[in-house]
Amino acid sequence: MTQWSTGRPRRLDDAFLSAGSSSFSEFVSAYRPELLPSGRRLPSGASIEAPHGTTIVSLLFDGGVVMAGDRRATMGNVIANRDMEKVFAADDYSVVGIAGTAGIAIELVRLYQVELEHYEKIEGAIMSLEGKANRLASMIRGNLSLAMQGLTVVPTYAGFDLESATGRIYSYDVTGGCYIEGGHHSTGSGSVFARGALKKLWRPGLEEQQAVSVAIEALYDAADDDSATGGPDLGRQIWPTVAVVDHSGARFVASDVLEGHVQRVVAARRDNPGGAR
Amino acid sequence: MSMPFYVPPEQVMKDRADFARKGIARGRSVIVVGYDRGIAFVAENPSRALHKVSEIYDRIAFAAVGRYNEFESLRVAGIRYADLRGYSYDRTDVTARALANTYAQTLGAVFTQESKPFEIEIVVAEVGVDSDTDQIFRLTYDGSVADEQGFVAMGGASDAAEERLGTGWRPGMTLAEVLRLAVDVLGAGENGERRALDEGQLEVAVLDRDRPRRSFRRIVGPLLTRLLVEAPGAVEATAGPGSTETVAGESGSASSASPADGPGSPTPPS
Repeated sequence: MTQWSTGRPRRLDDAFLSAGSSSFSEFVSAYRPELLPSGRRLPSGASIEAPHGTTIVSLLFDGGVVMAGDRRATMGNVIANRDMEKVFAADDYSVVGIAGTAGIAIELVRLYQVELEHYEKIEGAIMSLEGKANRLASMIRGNLSLAMQGLTVVPTYAGFDLESATGRIYSYDVTGGCYIEGGHHSTGSGSVFARGALKKLWRPGLEEQQAVSVAIEALYDAADDDSATGGPDLGRQIWPTVAVVDHSGARFVASDVLEGHVQRVVAARRDNPGGAR
Repeated sequence: MSMPFYVPPEQVMKDRADFARKGIARGRSVIVVGYDRGIAFVAENPSRALHKVSEIYDRIAFAAVGRYNEFESLRVAGIRYADLRGYSYDRTDVTARALANTYAQTLGAVFTQESKPFEIEIVVAEVGVDSDTDQIFRLTYDGSVADEQGFVAMGGASDAAEERLGTGWRPGMTLAEVLRLAVDVLGAGENGERRALDEGQLEVAVLDRDRPRRSFRRIVGPLLTRLLVEAPGAVEATAGPGSTETVAGESGSASSASPADGPGSPTPPS
């Protein structure tokens, strides 16, 4: 028993002192399963309407990887949130973007961030990029019963592999399948349109700034044809979230830099709705 | 059948305490000492893999002496405790005080209830916004907690080491100064003889006040050599995530190592 259950400090429970796992989610699922999405039981057959996050695009460039997400969350035909963040730093060298039920997705990202840091602290070493991608897959797998009731979460994971010094993109399906992607990937409701744009605009050996621009073009195309994806909002100064991962680590592109990119894309589309080609 | 002799509880506790103290005194020492931009941990530890100093959370670190298997299980428990608390509340709700209390309860329960007490001594330290808000808690084998000011020495001959630290330490020293003081104290023998400790025998880490979020850094390799050998102010710092070549706390002192640059001065990290 610890202070959570009794309200006063007591000795650490055996679960804390036991040897073995360096996984935070395994520890929590044994000790406090109700804190995890997979530990909750839902009434069968029921479904609820909850905010959904939408489109994430990621693409490789020469020396790293870019991931970008729009800012809209929708609930049915209503815009639930217009400045939501869907791309997060997972650790120093990787980022994760989420599409699907926003509440569960954000909870999974928080859990995943703690999972990676927990491993790093206990083992005194950083997990391999492949290992990190597989940990995320097993968390998605744990969410399967919620997914079957409509609360799906589909992430994209991108990171810089310190061993081979290249960027990598991992995509997932709702059952926890993990696939390594070459070049580019998109997920979420606007992904079909974004993928079309990425196919035409992406090529190997892009520079970082070109890759950021391609990501914004792809999101623009997704927002153009998918009502659940938010385009750049010039009036409110809301730009997509763009993260860059390279040998120096993961960082988010500053909003004034993004504003420049967005202004250029929007200006180039005036009288030319098809955009860059 | 023989009747067991009556042993008074005072004697039981004294025997256990003597047993634990003997075990701790056999090990090498660890020094925890505050400097102007954080808290430094210096351990005499030739192993690169089995650490005596470790990160617990964003602003909290752990140092221990004694039996490795015993303090390792407490270290892992502390990381689990901190991560679970930070996950279910917020990162700012994880405090060294709460962790020290929990450790104290655990050590106290083991001391009185188990067949053998833990032969360990630990420090839980949390770096604050300035050196006045730094916290260093020292926990002993029987679960007693002490809130220490400025510095702690644990392990073999810790009394003599604390005395030397007490004469050499003053608030507002730089990292290079406290590291040299700590190495000096660790190398001092009982009868005035000195042992020279090189970087290979030292485990050094800091809680760096100026780093955002995770402030724990191990100091190894060329940076440690520079800090131990060169004159204060000669250490160049270039910021970069995860680089083992830099300490944010040294970047400001490179420009001014004067006493005017006292503790808590608002020099921004470069």
